[in-house]
Amino acid sequence: MSYLDLSISEMKKAIDEGKVTPTSLAKESFERAHKYQKDINSFVTLTEKNALNQLENLDSVEDNPLKGIPYALKDNFSTKGILSTASSNILKDYVPFFNATSVNKLYSKGAILIGKTVLDELAMGGTGTTGHTGPVKNPWDKSRLIGGSSAGSASSVAAGIVPFSIGSDTGDSIRKPAAYGGIVGYKPTYGLVSRFGLFAFASSLDHVGCFTRNVSDVAYVIDAIKGKDEKDMTSLPDDNIKFSEHLDGNVKGKKLFYLKEIVNRDNYKDSMDEELDEILNNFDEIIDKCKNLGMEVEEVDFDKEILKAIFPTYITISCAEATSNNSNLTGIPFGPRSKGKSIDEVMFNSRTEGFSELIKRRFVLGSYILQKENQEKLFLNAGRIRRIIVEKMTELFKEYDGMILPASGSIAPTFRSETIDKLSDRYLLLENHMAIGNFGGFPSITIPCGFVKNMPIGLSITSGVKKDLDVLNIAYALESTMNYKNQIAGGVNDER
Amino acid sequence: MMNDKYEVTIGLEVHCEVKTNTKMFSPSPNNYNETPNENISEVDMGFPGILPIANMEAVKKSIMMAMALNCKLPNYMYFDRKNYYYPDLPKGYQITQATEPVGVNGYINVYVNDEVKKIDIHDIHLEEDTASLDHYETYSLIDYNRSGIPLLETVTEPCIHSADEALAFLDSLRRIFLYTGISEARTDRGQMRCDVNISLAPKNSEKLGTKVEMKNINSFSNVKDAILYEIKRQSEILDEGGTIIMETRRYDDTTCKTYRMREKVEGVDYKYYVEPNIPPYKITDKLINELREKLPMLQFDRIQKYMKDYELSLYDASILTKNIETALYFEEVISKGIDPKMAANWINTRILGHVNKEEISINDCTFTTDDLVELITYINKGTISSKQAKDVFYKCIDENKKPSVVIKENNMEQITNTDEILSVIKEVINENMELALSYDPKKGRTVDFFVGQIMKKTRGKANPKAAMDLIKEELMKLKDKS
Repeated sequence: MSYLDLSISEMKKAIDEGKVTPTSLAKESFERAHKYQKDINSFVTLTEKNALNQLENLDSVEDNPLKGIPYALKDNFSTKGILSTASSNILKDYVPFFNATSVNKLYSKGAILIGKTVLDELAMGGTGTTGHTGPVKNPWDKSRLIGGSSAGSASSVAAGIVPFSIGSDTGDSIRKPAAYGGIVGYKPTYGLVSRFGLFAFASSLDHVGCFTRNVSDVAYVIDAIKGKDEKDMTSLPDDNIKFSEHLDGNVKGKKLFYLKEIVNRDNYKDSMDEELDEILNNFDEIIDKCKNLGMEVEEVDFDKEILKAIFPTYITISCAEATSNNSNLTGIPFGPRSKGKSIDEVMFNSRTEGFSELIKRRFVLGSYILQKENQEKLFLNAGRIRRIIVEKMTELFKEYDGMILPASGSIAPTFRSETIDKLSDRYLLLENHMAIGNFGGFPSITIPCGFVKNMPIGLSITSGVKKDLDVLNIAYALESTMNYKNQIAGGVNDER
Repeated sequence: MMNDKYEVTIGLEVHCEVKTNTKMFSPSPNNYNETPNENISEVDMGFPGILPIANMEAVKKSIMMAMALNCKLPNYMYFDRKNYYYPDLPKGYQITQATEPVGVNGYINVYVNDEVKKIDIHDIHLEEDTASLDHYETYSLIDYNRSGIPLLETVTEPCIHSADEALAFLDSLRRIFLYTGISEARTDRGQMRCDVNISLAPKNSEKLGTKVEMKNINSFSNVKDAILYEIKRQSEILDEGGTIIMETRRYDDTTCKTYRMREKVEGVDYKYYVEPNIPPYKITDKLINELREKLPMLQFDRIQKYMKDYELSLYDASILTKNIETALYFEEVISKGIDPKMAANWINTRILGHVNKEEISINDCTFTTDDLVELITYINKGTISSKQAKDVFYKCIDENKKPSVVIKENNMEQITNTDEILSVIKEVINENMELALSYDPKKGRTVDFFVGQIMKKTRGKANPKAAMDLIKEELMKLKDKS
């Protein structure tokens, strides 16, 4: 057993008791990072020099739960003096001169940055296979992907390299890879954590969140990075509530619901397989667990056609915003600049050479969606569907304390999996509902809730805006009924 | 109208930088800086991860300007993205207002020569300026100082029909910016720039002609020359039976001609959509009232008031109201009981003459409103003559002294005391008895002579009118006696 395998609070306790030092924790973290890099490919950059610097100055940091704790950061956060590529060739040499707000906060807390993690190029993708430094593998089974876009942030926590990592979540980019990796992934209420310094993908959907190996660690991390930021107009006013001080697991009398259309076996008659069957069985067990904890669980109907529209709505809005947000990548003010006879040609060539085909496809889509003649039918209609969903969910969250659903209808796919039919009910209903959290800025978590075919599966819990504590408490209580807390891939758990 | 055959139709788009401490969406300073790329931050250069923070000072000033232009205000302040690629646009989009501009359907009245003309405002919107580019043979240089400076764009309806009207509007608009302190509106620093849309159609035609756009004209005189040139150019084409091409042209102030830049592709699609990083900002009644109180009476209304209440000429009223400082100076003087016409004369000739010569603001003029009130009071009391008053004024300026001090030091008080003047009159009649006895009221020369003598003896201090009245009286008495 290594101290690096402990939860954040246990790790901190060990530091305080002199059993381990931040330096030795960081050292071991780097050792694991190097050891697993070839197999899993979690990192774009390992920041040893920067960590040494931090460790040298750690005495000046006020004591707090994250002091001396190693962590990893998705490579789409701006880090002063440290390469920040967003896993794209168009930023492959880009070294920013300013820090993201959340990065500054973590520096001030003395959390030790171990490295910048691989993502799907520019955070656009859900596989973790499209980064410019190669695909990220699932530490539980290297023939499988871990999902994305926060792939490296997920794999580094799942593999036990770091106890927590920072990611971004635009559709389910934290929560899906957390589920595939058997760890906890959290996306707080929109505006709770500043987005300043997060490379924008789709601003109205983008969230900063974290990966940990247990629910209380989420509270420690979010406590450290949340708060009003003068640099982000959408950031929420401070509430001065420390989540970590209010996690009691007391959920008696809480009311939960799930969407019938998502878990209704009748919808998947044609595509039912052993995997999905086990996942749905697992979900039934979760419902029982909830009831055992004293919570009520009800089934709620939701227009299936609208639920099936989540994915197209998400793609429409996110591609449109992404096209605009990434228009700054021209090679002119920063980043690698291609040659060209005129300024226009320089921009044209930089973009042609800098983006992968997949990204260009999204930009073409986004551009098409925003065209004057298509805006009404595509962009604005997507906005309307988004509003219908958000209004309905907001109504439900007035009555219920949370929504539970399986995070996915499958385990992490293998790299050789057949292409998914993106128009099937199974894909549209089971693989995309977590984007509801992004549509409404709802707080949403996934926690590990079992194993299917020796691969971890996750449970999604979502609640209303600013009801982060409800989500965390429900997750905390459920976590205590299961045996997956602090699990690390390839190690500790008997059930595997 | 300079053109009899064709109806000229002009619409203007005027960009004016808003005076604020910081830029529209970043904390970088908003001040004029000759050294390139000093007033910049990651936000102005569109680095990855940046977010806009709307400058509330600029937002408030834009609402104030919308009110000054009699526009309808939206309920919420929204911003939109205008997406296009150009190296002067570091984010690849400009944050502007498209769906809900801060003001729509407004108007202002302006004087074109002596007539009132109503100019309709299509909209006014708040946006950020782009960087400035300098192109050289093999390279271009970018200065991001201008990138992100708050900009108000005022768009008129196509309701302007001559260069004079265009100029009158631009001048009035500039005066509003200055009156309200919303902008310094300095064309020499590129703070106010103008796009001109112009078309010609046969007189009485129902349809407008083909629109030609001239972009980024940076001085009012250039706007005038560009319009006049285009009217001539387009008239000649139409006279010869040619057709006008819809295009964008560039005005060259060295040749005073316009040159074709590019054919205008109908409707470039800027893919506008709502800026997601700036939450809508409610324009409350409280805010509106607060801003309305800050809005001063503008030039046009002041001209009307001066003409109606003070019976000033349009010319005098226009000069007095050119800037708010002069207008306030004038109003302060008359509030102290001075005759408006007299105050206007003094301000428009002496004081503005001095202020303009020295290129200072009337507020920096050492001759205060109190000084003017004092000086005019001396004239009205007959203590000094108008001619003397001029000397007093210049001495006040030169020596930085109060009128009372100058008058005393120079012993300039007029003799208005009748007894004092009468004793002098006695002296001069005795000295010129023969002439006095031959006095003929029908001939003015004798009186003139005696007044001259009186002035000589009093070294110019006798009140000329009093002296004249008294000498006539005394000469008549003498005549009646004899």
